[in-house]
Amino acid sequence: MKVPTMAEYMAEGKQPEILFWVGSAGSYDDRAKKITKAFVKILNKANVDFAVLGPEESSTGDVAKRAGNEFLFQMQAMMNIEVLNGYEIKRIVTCDPHSFNCIKNEYPSLGGKYEVVHHTQFIKELIDSGRLQNVGDTYKGKRITFHDPCYLGRANEVYDAPRDVLSVLNANLTEMKRHKATALCCGAGGAQMFKEPEKGDKDINVLRTEDALETNPEIIATGCPYCNTMMTDGVKYKEKEDSIIVQDIAELIANAQNL
Amino acid sequence: MEYIPNILFAILLIVGVGYFAKNVKKLTRNIKLGKDVDRSDNKSERWKNMAMIALGQSKMVKRPIAGFLHIIVYVGFIIINLEVLEIIIDGLFGTHRVFTKVLPDSVYGFLIGSFEILAVLVLITVIIFWLRRNVIKLKRFLSAEMKGWPKSDGNIILYFEVVLMTLFLVMNATDAEFQAMGSGNIISKHIAGLFGSGEHLHIIERAAWWLHIAGILVFLNYLYYSKHLHILLAFPNTWYANLKPKGQFVNDASVTKEVKLMMDPNADPFAAPAEGEDEGEPEKFGASDVQDLNWVQLMNSYTCTECGRCTSECPANLTGKKLSPRKIMMDTRDRLEEVGKNIDANNGTFVDDGKSLLNDYITTEELWACTSCNACVEACPVNIDPLSIIMEMRKYLVMEQSAAPTELNVMMGNIENNGAPWPYNQMDRLNWKDEN
Repeated sequence: MKVPTMAEYMAEGKQPEILFWVGSAGSYDDRAKKITKAFVKILNKANVDFAVLGPEESSTGDVAKRAGNEFLFQMQAMMNIEVLNGYEIKRIVTCDPHSFNCIKNEYPSLGGKYEVVHHTQFIKELIDSGRLQNVGDTYKGKRITFHDPCYLGRANEVYDAPRDVLSVLNANLTEMKRHKATALCCGAGGAQMFKEPEKGDKDINVLRTEDALETNPEIIATGCPYCNTMMTDGVKYKEKEDSIIVQDIAELIANAQNL
Repeated sequence: MEYIPNILFAILLIVGVGYFAKNVKKLTRNIKLGKDVDRSDNKSERWKNMAMIALGQSKMVKRPIAGFLHIIVYVGFIIINLEVLEIIIDGLFGTHRVFTKVLPDSVYGFLIGSFEILAVLVLITVIIFWLRRNVIKLKRFLSAEMKGWPKSDGNIILYFEVVLMTLFLVMNATDAEFQAMGSGNIISKHIAGLFGSGEHLHIIERAAWWLHIAGILVFLNYLYYSKHLHILLAFPNTWYANLKPKGQFVNDASVTKEVKLMMDPNADPFAAPAEGEDEGEPEKFGASDVQDLNWVQLMNSYTCTECGRCTSECPANLTGKKLSPRKIMMDTRDRLEEVGKNIDANNGTFVDDGKSLLNDYITTEELWACTSCNACVEACPVNIDPLSIIMEMRKYLVMEQSAAPTELNVMMGNIENNGAPWPYNQMDRLNWKDEN
């Protein structure tokens, strides 16, 4: 798989069109790595000139900040900013809404000013500009419901891009009762991904999966690696993994293109 | 002797407004206990938000039934209060329905007629509100934090409105002159018959008139002790609300200074502070008590009317966790009031009472249940931000007390050591590229 690094670009004295921020989940989590690869396939298919930081990338610090560790967050942020500024990065694309939000909103006041887009926004650009064509009929007529990631939706009011991308699949898109601004969290945000939930009568991902099941979907589409994990677990909990698949929008597009 | 009612009225007015003014001063003092935060940017957007959200109720109507009913009470409240102006002039100068002298009968009739219709609509709506709270038992009015005073408070406000609206209609119905005018008594003419005719009519009319204005003044003073302050504070609250994307949390400037120093290879960690630079008290990270919050967060707590829309959308609360964003706001206000009373009792300075917002009001269990999803912030009809308080308190727990849950400490340790929340080597970040 062709994945050039910034160091390689630098050595050749070139600057890529975009920097692909892979994020910690996208780099290490087995499920999220599949999303990363699907997105890279799309980038290569559309002849996008991109690079990653590879070993020079480090946690954005987002999750440390949400857990209350402002010091660790700012350490991470400043180290990343030094690297990004060193490479004179202008535009960043990421599949992780948490990285997206953090770099877009919280890095600027620490000296890191970049244009940051979420991969669903970038895929929409590729489709709109004709760089990605004939997406394919793999999902024609399939019942798909999209789960809004909190840090893409409410946090940054990006509601349309993921839906616009899904609409090119000619699928049967159905909305959950709680969607867009009122979407329910998958339960992973605010560092919950890394701890056991507090005592309650249900897990949040199960409640959210029930929201999705009400639409009787064949596919639950996600736009965040953490949401993907939570919804996948929820579907398993409901013993529906044979009839419902949970996939990131990048994976759906890559599959439709037979990549 | 003939001036006695005027004098009594003036005294009533001065006492009523004066006592309220005194409490407003206390309220302002308490809000100013919070830290400074600059919210003076983008004035045009702020005015627009206030106009849309507070004046225009745009977020209220996202729940159409409650929103529609609320608008009736809100419009009724504002418009009927125009009548108070006439009452005050009449009371001070001994006139009777002074506006009939300056306005044509048809205009005056139209105004009072509208007030009467609104009064009936408000009465009906208030009854529906009461039923929602006490008979239908909507879930969000039954949470743990709504027991006791908050529940009574909600009902008392409704009783107030019933009494005030009824007095207004009775006052009109028993005013023989007004009834004889035959314009504007669109509702009151139907109940006028109930009171018969004769000298006692005038007594009932006067009693209703005095009780009406006294009731309004009592209600005004009730505000400070109740959740109902939102009728005033919704306006500044929406004006000063955060305009940045909801996902953007504040970066602590004090931390930035330290991190920069740590990362600067030329910095001397043992250097004495520069001449004239006051080291001062090391700044406390995050918030364990109300004084550590900023004044907008404190104003938020006074603005909260405990409607519970935040809590009813909170994923943690919906799944049975202890966290309730509404309780975060109620606790903040209760503690702030306690601190304010402490200051009053100690001649203007706060004397440590061994209590704090953290633990005595808000438990760590509540704080760690939050997913930072912003559903509460989105749901609030007046742009209150409970999430920012939760995050400040987490910051205190982690940075001042190292009291994060163990799993989170492991996660943060991983970030410190490997640059990822999991224990993987940073050099392996690109391994996925060659895996199948």
